[in-house]
Amino acid sequence: MTTTATSEPISGAQVNTTPNPLRRITQNFYVRRIAKALFTIWIVITIIFFLIRLLPGNPVEQYIARLIETQGMDYENARSQAAALFAIDLDAPLWKQYLDYLVNLLQGNLGVSLTSPGTTVASIIARFLPWTLFSVGIGLILSFTIGILLGLMMAYRREGILDHTLTIFASVVSSVPNYLIGILLVVWLGVQWKVLPIAQMRGTMSPGVAPSFTFAFLYDALFHAFLPIITYVLTTMGTWMLSMKGSTVGALGEDFVTVARARGLKDWRITTAYVGRNAALPLFTQLTIAIGFVVGGSFLIETLFQYQGIGYVLSGAIAQRDYPVMQGVFLVITMSVILANLLADFLYGWLDPRIKIG
Amino acid sequence: MGVIQGIWHWLATTLKLMTYNKAGFIGFLATCAILIICLIGPFFIPLDTQTKLDQIYQPPSAAHWFGTDHQGRDIFSQIVHGGKDVIYVAAIAAFLSTFIAVTFGTLAAFAGGKVDGAIIGFTDIILTIPQFPLLAVLAAFITFNDITYLGLFLGALSWPALLRAVRSQALSLKERDFVEAARALDLGTGHIVFRELVPNMMTYIVISFTLALTAAVYTQVGLVLLGLVPVSSSNWGVMISLAWTQGAIFFRDAMWRIMMPILAIALFQLSVITMTRSLELAFNPRLRTMV
Repeated sequence: MTTTATSEPISGAQVNTTPNPLRRITQNFYVRRIAKALFTIWIVITIIFFLIRLLPGNPVEQYIARLIETQGMDYENARSQAAALFAIDLDAPLWKQYLDYLVNLLQGNLGVSLTSPGTTVASIIARFLPWTLFSVGIGLILSFTIGILLGLMMAYRREGILDHTLTIFASVVSSVPNYLIGILLVVWLGVQWKVLPIAQMRGTMSPGVAPSFTFAFLYDALFHAFLPIITYVLTTMGTWMLSMKGSTVGALGEDFVTVARARGLKDWRITTAYVGRNAALPLFTQLTIAIGFVVGGSFLIETLFQYQGIGYVLSGAIAQRDYPVMQGVFLVITMSVILANLLADFLYGWLDPRIKIG
Repeated sequence: MGVIQGIWHWLATTLKLMTYNKAGFIGFLATCAILIICLIGPFFIPLDTQTKLDQIYQPPSAAHWFGTDHQGRDIFSQIVHGGKDVIYVAAIAAFLSTFIAVTFGTLAAFAGGKVDGAIIGFTDIILTIPQFPLLAVLAAFITFNDITYLGLFLGALSWPALLRAVRSQALSLKERDFVEAARALDLGTGHIVFRELVPNMMTYIVISFTLALTAAVYTQVGLVLLGLVPVSSSNWGVMISLAWTQGAIFFRDAMWRIMMPILAIALFQLSVITMTRSLELAFNPRLRTMV
C-alpha cells in the first residue's frame, strides 16, 4: 500500500504533461485506489462463490445430503430446499448462478442462516458488527496514542532505565500471540487474583440495558468490552512503541529540528510540532496493516471472551457449518479491512504535505 | 582437512558475530535449547499417559517439574513431547512461504514490467484478505488428517508480506555498484545471482524465515484453539485448548496445566524473534569480511 502512495506523484506529474481528460481520470490516484479496492472485493466474492459451489463436498451438496439423512427427504425436495436457503438456482448454468449471486450481493441479499431459520445474514451482521467496530476501534486508538507517546519518551530518554524496561516490555507483548495474552488475563485477573468479575463481563451488554445515548449505556458497553480492548491495546502497543522510538530518533537528527532549536522555540513545541508530527507519519501506514491484523484476529479474542461481535458469530458459524453466515461475515470482515486500507492511503496523502496526490 | 577447517572457521566467525548483540545471542541459545528439548527430549523422557487419581493437579515438585494435569499425568513430559509437531508444522509453513516469497520476489524485481505488475498486483490482493479468518473458513472445508498438509496449507497463504519485502530489497540491490560491476565484467547471471545477490539478501531471507516461523505458530495454535484442526496427538496448542474447554482455568490448582503450554509457546516465539537480532549480524556479508 505504501509504495502506491509514494510512487504515485511521479505518474501524477506525467498526467500534467498529457492533457487527455480520459487518461487524467484513469491515472488519478483516488480513482485507481478505489478501482483496486473494488477489484479486490470482487476477487474475494468470486473465490467464495467457487468455494461454496464447486469444491468437492461443497456446502450445498453437504446440506442436501444432511437433509436426506436427517429429515428423510427425497433428493428433489432436499435439493430445492437447499437452493432456496442458499439463494441459488441449482438448475441454471453456472454462469447464470454466478451472475445471480453477484446481483443478490449487490442488493445486500446475503442469504438466510441455516441454524437459525428465518434470520437473514444481513440482519445478523447489522446486529453484531457495531460491537466489533466499537471494541477494535477504541482498542486501536488507545494503543496507537499510548504507543506513540511512550515511543517518543523512549527516544528522548534513550539508553536510560525507562527505555530499557519499556523495550523489553514492548518486545515481549508484541511477540506473544494475542489470544495467549487474552487467556492469561482471564486466568490471572479473573480467576487467580479475582480482580475482574469475568462471568459478568461476558457478552456485549448487561441484561436490561438497551442501546441509547446515555452515560449508563456507554459505561456498560465499555465494561463488557474491557477485556477485548485491553487485549488489543496490550498486544499492539509494543509495535507502535518500537517504531515510534526508531522514527523519533531519526527525526531528532533532522536539520529542521536543529534550526527550530536555534530559533529558540519552546521545547514542548519542538517535540509536538516538529519531532512528533514527522516521526508519527510513517506509522499511519503501519496502522492499516494493524487494522487488518486486529480485525482478523478479533475473531479469536471475541470467542475467548464470549464478546458477541462479528468474530464471535463467525467462529460459531464455522463450528456449526452455517455456510451462508460464514460467507457473509467473512465478506464483511474482508471489506472492512479493504476500506480501512483505502482510508489510510488517502489519510497518508493528506497528512504528509510532501506527498502530493492526484 | 581444508574443508573441515573452512567449516570450522565459518562457524567460529558466525558465533562470534552473533555474540555482538547480547539479547540476540540469548535468544539464539534459548531457541537452540527449546529445539534440543523438543526434538531429542522425547527419546529420553517417556510420555506419561497413566491416569493416577491420587496425583491430580499437583503443584510443581521434584517428581513433577511442571506439576500434573487433571488425570495426574506429568505436565513436563507432555511439554517435551508437545513441541515437536508445533515446530514441524511451523517449519514446513515457513520453508514454503519463504521459498515462494524469495523466488517470486526476486523474479518480480528482476523481470520488471508486466511480470512485476502481475506478481505485485496479485500479492496486494492476497495481502488485503485477512488471513486468519480466511484460514479458518478454509479449514472448515478441508479436513487435515496429516499435519504436513496443515503446514503446506499455512505456508501457501502466508507469503505476501514477505514477497513485498524481498522484492523491494532485490530492487535496491539491483542498482548497487557491485552488481553493475559484475555485469560489466560479464560474470554471467548465475554468478551474479548466487555470488553477489543471494549473500547480500541472506540476512533478509533468514529473518523472513524466522518471522514466518512465528507467524505459522500463531495461526496454527489459533486454529487449534478454535477446534478447526483435528489433531489427535498432544501438542502445546491442544494442551491449551483442552485446558480451556474443560474449564481448567476456573480451578486454582489447575493453573499449571494451562500456564505451562502458554509459557512454552510464548518463550519459543520470544526467543525466535529475539534471535533475529543476532542473525542480522551473522549473515551480513560486510561484517563478515571485517572480522
